[in-house]
Amino acid sequence: MNKIQNNKAWLLVIPVFVIVAFSAIIPLMTVVNYSVQDIFGPGQRVFIGTEWFKEVLLDERLHDALWRQLLFSALVLLIEIPLGILIALALPTRGWSVSLFLIILALPLLIPWNVIGFIWIVFARPDIGLAGKTINDLLSIDYNFTSNAFDAWITVLIMDVWHWTPLVVLLCYAGLRAIPDAYYQAASIDGASKWAVFRYIQLPKMREVLTIAVLLRFMDSFLIYAEPFVLTGGGPGNSTTFLSQFLTKMAIGQFDLGPAAAFSLIYFLIVLLFSWLFYTAITHISQ
Amino acid sequence: MSKRRLGLIIYFTFLLLPLYWMFVMSLQTTESILGGFSLWPRDITLANYTKIFTDQSWYSGYINSIIYVSMNTVISLLAALPAAYAFSRYSFIGDKHMFFWLLTNRMAPPAVFLLPFFQLYSTFGLIDTHIAVAIAHCLFNVPLAVWILEGFMSGIPREIDETAYLDGYSFPRFFLTVFIPLIRAGIGVTAFFCFMFSWVELLLARTLTTTSAKPIAAIMTRTQSAAGLDWGLLAAAGILTIVPGALVVYFVRNYMTKGFALGRV
Amino acid sequence: MARIDLQKIAHAYRPHPSKPADYALKPMDHVWEDGGAYALLGPSGCGKSTLLNVISGLLRPSEGRVLFDRRDVTDLPTKERNIAQVFQFPVIYDTMTVFENLAFPLRNRGFGREQVSARVNEVAEMLELTPVLHKRAQNLTADAKQTISLGRGLVRSDVTAILFDEPLTVIDPHLKWLLRRKLKQIHEQYKLTLVYVTHDQNEALTFADKVVVMNDGEVLQLGTPQELFERPAHTFIGHFIGSPGMNFLACELDGAHAVTSGERIALLPGLAERARQRGGRMEIGVRPEFLRLRNEAGDGTLAVKIASVRDLGNFKIVGVRLGEHLLNVKVAEDQDLPAEQAHLGFTAEMTRLYANGVLVG
Repeated sequence: MNKIQNNKAWLLVIPVFVIVAFSAIIPLMTVVNYSVQDIFGPGQRVFIGTEWFKEVLLDERLHDALWRQLLFSALVLLIEIPLGILIALALPTRGWSVSLFLIILALPLLIPWNVIGFIWIVFARPDIGLAGKTINDLLSIDYNFTSNAFDAWITVLIMDVWHWTPLVVLLCYAGLRAIPDAYYQAASIDGASKWAVFRYIQLPKMREVLTIAVLLRFMDSFLIYAEPFVLTGGGPGNSTTFLSQFLTKMAIGQFDLGPAAAFSLIYFLIVLLFSWLFYTAITHISQ
Repeated sequence: MSKRRLGLIIYFTFLLLPLYWMFVMSLQTTESILGGFSLWPRDITLANYTKIFTDQSWYSGYINSIIYVSMNTVISLLAALPAAYAFSRYSFIGDKHMFFWLLTNRMAPPAVFLLPFFQLYSTFGLIDTHIAVAIAHCLFNVPLAVWILEGFMSGIPREIDETAYLDGYSFPRFFLTVFIPLIRAGIGVTAFFCFMFSWVELLLARTLTTTSAKPIAAIMTRTQSAAGLDWGLLAAAGILTIVPGALVVYFVRNYMTKGFALGRV
Repeated sequence: MARIDLQKIAHAYRPHPSKPADYALKPMDHVWEDGGAYALLGPSGCGKSTLLNVISGLLRPSEGRVLFDRRDVTDLPTKERNIAQVFQFPVIYDTMTVFENLAFPLRNRGFGREQVSARVNEVAEMLELTPVLHKRAQNLTADAKQTISLGRGLVRSDVTAILFDEPLTVIDPHLKWLLRRKLKQIHEQYKLTLVYVTHDQNEALTFADKVVVMNDGEVLQLGTPQELFERPAHTFIGHFIGSPGMNFLACELDGAHAVTSGERIALLPGLAERARQRGGRMEIGVRPEFLRLRNEAGDGTLAVKIASVRDLGNFKIVGVRLGEHLLNVKVAEDQDLPAEQAHLGFTAEMTRLYANGVLVG
């Protein structure tokens, strides 16, 4: 659509700008300020330039956490996006069951994130959890997410799939519902296979919602904190310590505000970079 | 066809099982939870729920959460509606940058930003108020609301605006009486997303409150740190955190199906 | 190309229809001759799209059989019927170029690269799409997109019939006649069976050799545009076709005359007798075009009062009052009209008689 050039439109954007800027700009400036100073106590600080950035960038533990984080986010996207599309395709399109399915899908999304962690503790614990007990007793697999690093990883991943796939399903379902029937009818007249219908009609029409889904899932999985914190506390060892938790340990646990601030900014830039890459890639494919 | 149905059954079982399990626990005392394993609740008791509904330190958490989440949803919608209209209808200096900057606010890692947040809100004397959390949550909800609403508004032909102006409508009158009813479904979907993301957020809400506006999620973490977890009580509290959201979904479900059919979200 | 037979077709969207109102399509027999250009005309919701979907196989009729060249295809899916359809809103595959769009139906059916390319180029040439052949279809105008939809039907040389579901709805008025002319050309060149659904009588009457008028799930008349105009089989068609529509006057019969508002109007010999045999509510119907308006009384004219005059450029529509009835009369633009009193002349050959809404003769 060709939009009208009109700078007065800014007047309509001002409320949003004010509300967001209030919470965004001053804290960001403060963090930038921390990141270039060494703070000894109230009123005692020294400007040290990029030293914290260098220190953080060379930190081995941070590299480990970063790789863990990248692997985690990659797996999250690789599982949740295709699964979400599949479920959205399988959902009924009319009838009373649609509302029921939508409500059930929305449930995991409406649970506070630390409660999600709690649900999965009681669900996966080998002694009192339904899943933990079943895997150990019925399948005779030795499973314990509090002591085994691999089990902990899988549990966090499945928890995230459980928690967030519904969001992808809802978005894709919305995209699919917006396709007029005539497209399906034309495709059947043109003799298109199911795959061709998916490839040439459904997927292109879902592009917009998939952009939102991929970006939201990437950002939120890359910033994941509360759920694994409650479930595994980052352990065993550091096996499920993702970037946010590493950062929190640094900032609150060790009161290293300077490096933590520098790290935050780097972290922020990584998320920004990847989001931009995804966005450009998805828009580029469609051109 | 049957493969599709089987897939749906498996997936929805997977979705519901953890919730079922928490529900089972919420109906038992901690002793019987730890005492033995059973697929369905034994010695059913409502004691956990009774405690939450009668203990002020518990139920006030729900009330606090509901208050600030509602405030946030209203503020987010009120601010986002005109902005989304501007983005969907006009091009203006810096529009693209503004839009992208709004979205970047979802990308900041919270941990380090909590301290400056606390300092900022203390300066304005807002700590431990509902409005503080409501405004803080605007940081990620307003951009999302603008994004979703813009999609819905772009789907409304501009001829409608032009016709209304020709008929002598002023902008506010057109916006309130013509345009908003047209995107009702979009507003329903947006309200759902704002409610959801504000309701589930923990870190900011916990940082900005101490007692009188403390959300339920934070109250649950406090109980958790005590020695020996009260599993039954926590499970009941957890189940109750789902209820307000489920009610919201129930009320907007028609908007959701319709809204999902109309707009791009 | 093929002849299409509909045998005792009926369709209800709800299961177990019991009364006529439950049917979106009431039981009917119908034949579409090979190579005919048909228009399916009727108001919105009259069942014409349902009928179209029954032919294309998108909908399986609840009763009856569909035959293509005497072969029963009722249970065949759309894909195997070799039908092409152009929809109300242009359907194109966004991610493909115009060439790929046109090639899509052929590729799905496993045609070789050379065959596809030859056929697509031929169709593109015919539809004047060659200049944009390698552009992305998404960025084209609505009429170009609609042409592509049509092209996807034409590329298949074995296509049985092409169905059009109000294809010009979203096309700019000044491009409509261009597309319509292109369609006519193609029809003359390839002798395809075309079925064109529309609610616009002009579109139907200019496009088709034969027009099928539907209302309320029923076919009311099949005829040439001229037949529909001169001998509407039903009062509905009289109202629906023509602008303004036919005049209808409730009447009684007296000998060989119709009597309305105390005035006697002559009918063709034998007509009144046949109507009496049928019985029911009687109406005479006469087109505004077949009424004469005079300043002076003449043989068999009726005295009327002029109520309104609308000048429409080449002609005038005069509203006249005859008793309690109001009639439209079409007169030449240069005809002088009296101020109030005038005299109306009927032609017996063009005065139709309807019993219970159905044409007697």
